[in-house]
Amino acid sequence: MIDQPIKSTLAKSKPSNLVRNLQEKLIEFLLFLAASSSVAITIGIIYILISESVSFFQEVSLVEFLTGTEWTPLFADAKYGIWALLAGTIVTTAVALFVAIPIGTISAVYLSEFAPEKLREIVKPCLEILAGIPSVVYGYFALLFVTPLLQRFLSDLPSFNMLSPGLVTGIMIIPFISSISEDSMRAVPASLREGSYAMGATRLQTAWSVVLPASLSGISAAYILGISRAVGITMIVAIAGGLQPNFTWNPMESAATIATFIVSVSLGDLPHGTIEYQSIFAAGITLFVITLITNIIGHFISKRYREIY
Amino acid sequence: MVGKNPENISALQTDQTKALVRNLDFFYGDNHALKDINMPVYANKVTALIGPSGCGKTTLLRCFNRMHDLYPGNRYKGEILLGEDQKQSNILSKQVDPIEVRMNIGMVFQKPNPFPKSIYENIAYGLKIRGHSRSFIDDKVEYSLRNAALWDEVKDRLQDLAVNLSGGQQQRLCIARAMATDPEIILFDEPTSALDPIATLSIEQLILELKDQVTVLIVTHNMQQAVRVSNYTAFMYLGRLIEFDTTAKIFAKPAVKETADYVSGKFG
Repeated sequence: MIDQPIKSTLAKSKPSNLVRNLQEKLIEFLLFLAASSSVAITIGIIYILISESVSFFQEVSLVEFLTGTEWTPLFADAKYGIWALLAGTIVTTAVALFVAIPIGTISAVYLSEFAPEKLREIVKPCLEILAGIPSVVYGYFALLFVTPLLQRFLSDLPSFNMLSPGLVTGIMIIPFISSISEDSMRAVPASLREGSYAMGATRLQTAWSVVLPASLSGISAAYILGISRAVGITMIVAIAGGLQPNFTWNPMESAATIATFIVSVSLGDLPHGTIEYQSIFAAGITLFVITLITNIIGHFISKRYREIY
Repeated sequence: MVGKNPENISALQTDQTKALVRNLDFFYGDNHALKDINMPVYANKVTALIGPSGCGKTTLLRCFNRMHDLYPGNRYKGEILLGEDQKQSNILSKQVDPIEVRMNIGMVFQKPNPFPKSIYENIAYGLKIRGHSRSFIDDKVEYSLRNAALWDEVKDRLQDLAVNLSGGQQQRLCIARAMATDPEIILFDEPTSALDPIATLSIEQLILELKDQVTVLIVTHNMQQAVRVSNYTAFMYLGRLIEFDTTAKIFAKPAVKETADYVSGKFG
């Protein structure tokens, strides 16, 4: 009795089931393609970076690359010492962090612990706009405003130097640091804050000795992200820092960073397959490794100081 | 029953008054959360605040250390007079600095909230704020941990993070932290609601021992706990203080019908 109608519906629905299943499979496949595209692109980029660098390192020894302090790929007597570019990268990043870490952290503490709600709603978006300004604009701001301003106090500062783009890069990454730090401070549970106030602590004591240590992992993640950003910043330094590779630790001199070298060389018309051309990829993989290492350190630190409340 | 005259009941007692709540109203913005509260808090006794959820018992407790000042829109009306012999100052007065109040009145919270620091630093926190010397703090840390029956368990790992302790140990640490600064009154806000029965028992034991040194005010939703630890009980309902008396009387012969219904489990 009961078998009959069930059988008939099954039989009837079979073709439509097939179509539906096919549709499902097709959509699933498209979704898979979309999801895996980013992975595939990453792998592709790494593959090209590595394969081009391999041919580069067949001509230039790794030791020379990692220890040399002269970078002159376009000279007759070409030298490939990454330190000439690395020094510029490290100096501009250090100047940037010197600006961004104190200002970013202090703004985060202020916004999270002191600012009245209304003021916070105004200041926070303003800070975040800083990150939305195109970096070219920052570059010209550094070259045409900050450098002349600095030259008033430092009369022997050259027009192209690392100090000015470093400071401006610092301004650009303030919102990265303040915003993530503030989020992690606001995630500290009210019970911890109340515990501190109940002991008779002031706001400053509470912010400094309870909220900051409790949000250490988020804050260090913010710093690491700031470093990654600063290391890769290209336009600002390319415009205001000069493009000459120069092994120096003095921010008052002009120099190139890894990123600006890549820009300046790829704008020229170097034939493919030449060693000069391949040097871009060697520089690129160095940048990639630096960012990778900072990210791994960041991951490690935030695990180590994971909030346990 | 207290009604408008808490002095009436204190006249019946030989116990000294540590604090006196007089005509206290409290508002969260427009929400009139406490209505005309009058009650005494006796020195070196444990006073329990009981009542169903939302009755205002935690709100009242948090008036004692001006915790409500941390959030905008809260307003007190009336007085909490602190100190013996009625020559007290009103701790709710706008002229009184809430930090000054919290320097003298400690608090232990519902969920253990050790700071993300070492065991030692947790106890030392309030002492450092008060500017005590290093050697004084060292002595006081040991004394307070012994006092909270925690010393033997942690003496070999004072520099370990306090968050690695068990829940019961964390709560005893929080009690030690609050007691280290020698407060006049210590406030407990449902201190065992996040703990297992054995840890609860050890906290209750500790509270009973503490009353020789300090005046205790405890909010609890557990009526058996009120019976076990308190000398006096205040029953609150819908923002009002319905009845205040000795714990024995509140649970055996309450004067008001609502109290009787609540303590016998008819509602709440």
